[in-house]
Amino acid sequence: MIALKGVGKRFANGTQALRDLSFTVGAGEFVSLLGPSGCGKSTALRLAAGLLTPDTGEIAYPDDKPEIGFVFQEPTLMPWADALTNARLPLDLKHVPRADASALAALARVGLEGFEHAYPRELSGGMKMRVSIARALAANPKLLLLDEPFAALDEITRNALGDDLLRLWREDGLTVLFVTHSVSESSYLSQRVLVMTPRPGRIAGDIALPLGRDNRLSPSTIEAQRVISEALGEAMAA
Amino acid sequence: MKRLLDFALPVAVAALVLGLWEWAVAHWQVPVYVLPAPSAIARAFADNFTSLMTALLSTLTVTMESFVAATILGTATAIAFSQSRLLERTLYPYAVILQVTPVVAIAPLILIWVGFDRINLALAIIATIVAFFPILAGATLGLKSADFNLIDLSRLYGASQLQTLWRIRLPTALPYLLSGMKTAGGLALIGAVVAEFVAGSGTATGLAWRIVESGNRLEIATLFAALMLLAVTGVLIFAALSLLEWLLLRRWHESAIAQS
Repeated sequence: MIALKGVGKRFANGTQALRDLSFTVGAGEFVSLLGPSGCGKSTALRLAAGLLTPDTGEIAYPDDKPEIGFVFQEPTLMPWADALTNARLPLDLKHVPRADASALAALARVGLEGFEHAYPRELSGGMKMRVSIARALAANPKLLLLDEPFAALDEITRNALGDDLLRLWREDGLTVLFVTHSVSESSYLSQRVLVMTPRPGRIAGDIALPLGRDNRLSPSTIEAQRVISEALGEAMAA
Repeated sequence: MKRLLDFALPVAVAALVLGLWEWAVAHWQVPVYVLPAPSAIARAFADNFTSLMTALLSTLTVTMESFVAATILGTATAIAFSQSRLLERTLYPYAVILQVTPVVAIAPLILIWVGFDRINLALAIIATIVAFFPILAGATLGLKSADFNLIDLSRLYGASQLQTLWRIRLPTALPYLLSGMKTAGGLALIGAVVAEFVAGSGTATGLAWRIVESGNRLEIATLFAALMLLAVTGVLIFAALSLLEWLLLRRWHESAIAQS
């Protein structure tokens, strides 16, 4: 679905965010990009979305560039617009006709029936994030990029949204690239975990997780956490 | 109860001050050409009602014209600045120069250039210059305050500059623009009055001219009546713009929600 090859990125202030970053995400995969704060995970995600251009290396889409949905760490909603208008934004920008039906369907899929006309300030943190996910889904993306979407939420909400994300991934055959700094989140949600080094970020480990992680406390999930933690420890020391 | 107090307390203070004023003028037998009693001012207001209202209408027309012109020009300039950093860097200093130069210093020039035969246009231009800057400053800040992530998101979906402006930047700027408009409303009135003062005798027909004229004739009670009319007008303009602000922002902006 997407391949980063030897990507380097330096910011205007001189910080080398990424150096020689390479990884691929296959169609239908759920991949976590895990690393310490400031390692360039978010930069990598923005590069993958085409919001930034790399200084070196290249970003390739083996097929055509897929339709991309993006979810930020903050809900990033328009405070002056209700949930429906927010979810409809991608369609409005693309001049898609009959956008309301798609946006309503997307809101329903994240469990927000009846809140179409609520304004962001009337919604809880978790519900705002659901609107944000509905907005990403509204344009029917093939590739969903999420930048620590649940980091600002409480654990109960985080777990509920994680399960919803898994369900949406399975139902739609989405490809998901999920940036996180949570070992437990990545161990339960993803099929593969890419572990990044501190800045300048590159991939230190590519861990394929076994099946059977049916819940957060099943033995294989706990075992996955141990493997990921070890890899993260090595990446930090490297 | 709190609402009632908000209203009742200022009214009580006004009644007290007016009562003391009336009493003091009578007690010390202050001449009417120094300080007229409130009752004398009320009488002057009633006697000159038609001419004062005509004068108010004239000043109000200039105020409204310049307020609308300043809002349109200020917003349009801010939008142009938001589309081009180069344009902003080039022209913003001149907007500041226009703002810091005392308007009474430029007013005679504008009166001469526009001509005394088009006095109302000249007055409106002067008042527009006074009211322009807070609109420009508010709208410029507002257009820059758009959430970077929302801008990125619109880029991701291939939005044009115009779409980003219309859907993201302008709604973000609205509270800032309205705040600028509240300042500009009062400034437009001040600008209109100052312009009338500069224009001087025989040309202007507004409230400021009535104040000058009454002063010259030592009709201090009429002067006070005109002055109070001006103050009330200023308050009403502010109240109207505050209402507009509340109507537009009450569903979503923190500032309006805190009030309700």
